[in-house]
Amino acid sequence: MAPAPAAADPVLAASGVSLDLGDTAVLRDIDLVVARGEVVCIVGASGCGKTSLLRLLAGLLHPTAGAISYEGYPVRRPRSDIAFVFQDYGRALLPWRNAAQNVSLALEAIGVPRPARGKRIEELLHKVGLDGHAEKLPRELSGGMQQRLQIARCLAQEPSVLLMDEPFGALDAMTRQALQDETLAIAAASRASIVFVTHDLDEAIYLGDRVLGLAGSPGRIGETVAVHLPRPRDQLTTRENPEFVRLRRALHDFIGTVQSDRHAR
Amino acid sequence: MKAQRRRLGFNWRGLVLPLVFLLSVELIAMASPIERDAFAAPSAVLAAAIRTLHSGAALRATSETLITAGSGLLLGFAIGLIGGIPLGLFRRADQLMMVPLESLRPVPPVALIPLSLLIFGFGYAMEIAVVAFAVIGPIFLMTRSAIRGIEPQLMEVSQALGLGLIARVTKIVLPAILPRIFVAFRIALGIALVVAVTVEITANPLGLGYAMTIAQQSLQPDLMFALLLWIGLTGWSLNALLLRAESRLFGAAA
Repeated sequence: MAPAPAAADPVLAASGVSLDLGDTAVLRDIDLVVARGEVVCIVGASGCGKTSLLRLLAGLLHPTAGAISYEGYPVRRPRSDIAFVFQDYGRALLPWRNAAQNVSLALEAIGVPRPARGKRIEELLHKVGLDGHAEKLPRELSGGMQQRLQIARCLAQEPSVLLMDEPFGALDAMTRQALQDETLAIAAASRASIVFVTHDLDEAIYLGDRVLGLAGSPGRIGETVAVHLPRPRDQLTTRENPEFVRLRRALHDFIGTVQSDRHAR
Repeated sequence: MKAQRRRLGFNWRGLVLPLVFLLSVELIAMASPIERDAFAAPSAVLAAAIRTLHSGAALRATSETLITAGSGLLLGFAIGLIGGIPLGLFRRADQLMMVPLESLRPVPPVALIPLSLLIFGFGYAMEIAVVAFAVIGPIFLMTRSAIRGIEPQLMEVSQALGLGLIARVTKIVLPAILPRIFVAFRIALGIALVVAVTVEITANPLGLGYAMTIAQQSLQPDLMFALLLWIGLTGWSLNALLLRAESRLFGAAA
């Protein structure tokens, strides 16, 4: 059961995980250990099982073989220490509840009594920069604000792990960069670990302590890249760092080989 | 000025044909003053309507019909909603109930009138039972399909947040299907009125349907037509009331 790589203070681990959905093999022999406070990014071509891996880690899917464990305990269903940020914020928020009430849903789920909710909601909305928008319905908020709201709802659970499924994929470049920095700041402040799925290599390197490249179908971990870029990171200087450029080249080559392999087959 | 009138949504031209029709019927009635069983002059119908409304007979019959239709509607609606929720949520419950439900569906509700009479005898209870039976089926199906139509992502969100079954139903499922359930309720109201009046015409000595049967049997076509118009008006106003509430509550969502 002991995870193979020596990780300092492991929080979430997948060991020997495989997943079949119907007759389709989706993932094979995934070993992954996420340390406390670590940001792990998962990249890969679409359809390689990135999202399925994230769902497995969340307990939303069950592995066909192998096991997921949180602090040594098996993960069989979603738990409040692990929060999931869905890709499609527009459909993950309750359209009939305003911003404050959407955050409240998470507090209700973990059984926070009503009188204690108001102040918590206010703090959470402040944390994601949505002060003054508490009464607005999701459809009255911009895409970036809706995703901020979903993040606030996840933070309401006070999770140790944030699982994020291409959360900024649909946003414009400026908003995306702002949210990347906010996510890093929030994670640093709360010591939460993040597993971040994206198909944007730059985003993965910018955010991650480690970048995993998923390959092929069924998906396997084909490449692990440690990112030794100084923190706090900065949208300009970090991206100009030669190390950043080198890593991007390495990952780009990896994804390229995977795809040409697939075409060759 | 012209645009404003259009916005008010009242088109006088729509009244031309009905008025011409009523006028010609009136003229025909004046031209051939022979009594006929299935025919009454509009003026006579109007007079009969005023008479029966004034005497309170029509209002009493209306309240009887509305009480039975309303109770049956609420009963059937509650049963259909509570039963439809597990069918929509759990595939296994749905598979289990498929055969019994599909075999009950072709039974016309009014075919239960004799059975209901045997069980309850004449009166409110038998009529309420038949109305409720008629309403349950459609509400069942509409609840089920409304739940199937919920954004799947929302169900996953509730799972990820760790909401229990009751919280999931009250916080996600019910609010999500509310607009469609409201439409279902409005449709069910129409069914309830039709079935209630049918039961009254065929069996139960209560309400507007019975009053119409009496008018017909005592050869009072003017009163019969008056009641017919009154039933139409009642159903139309109830539906309009619900439509109004619907657009007020849900706006474009409904």
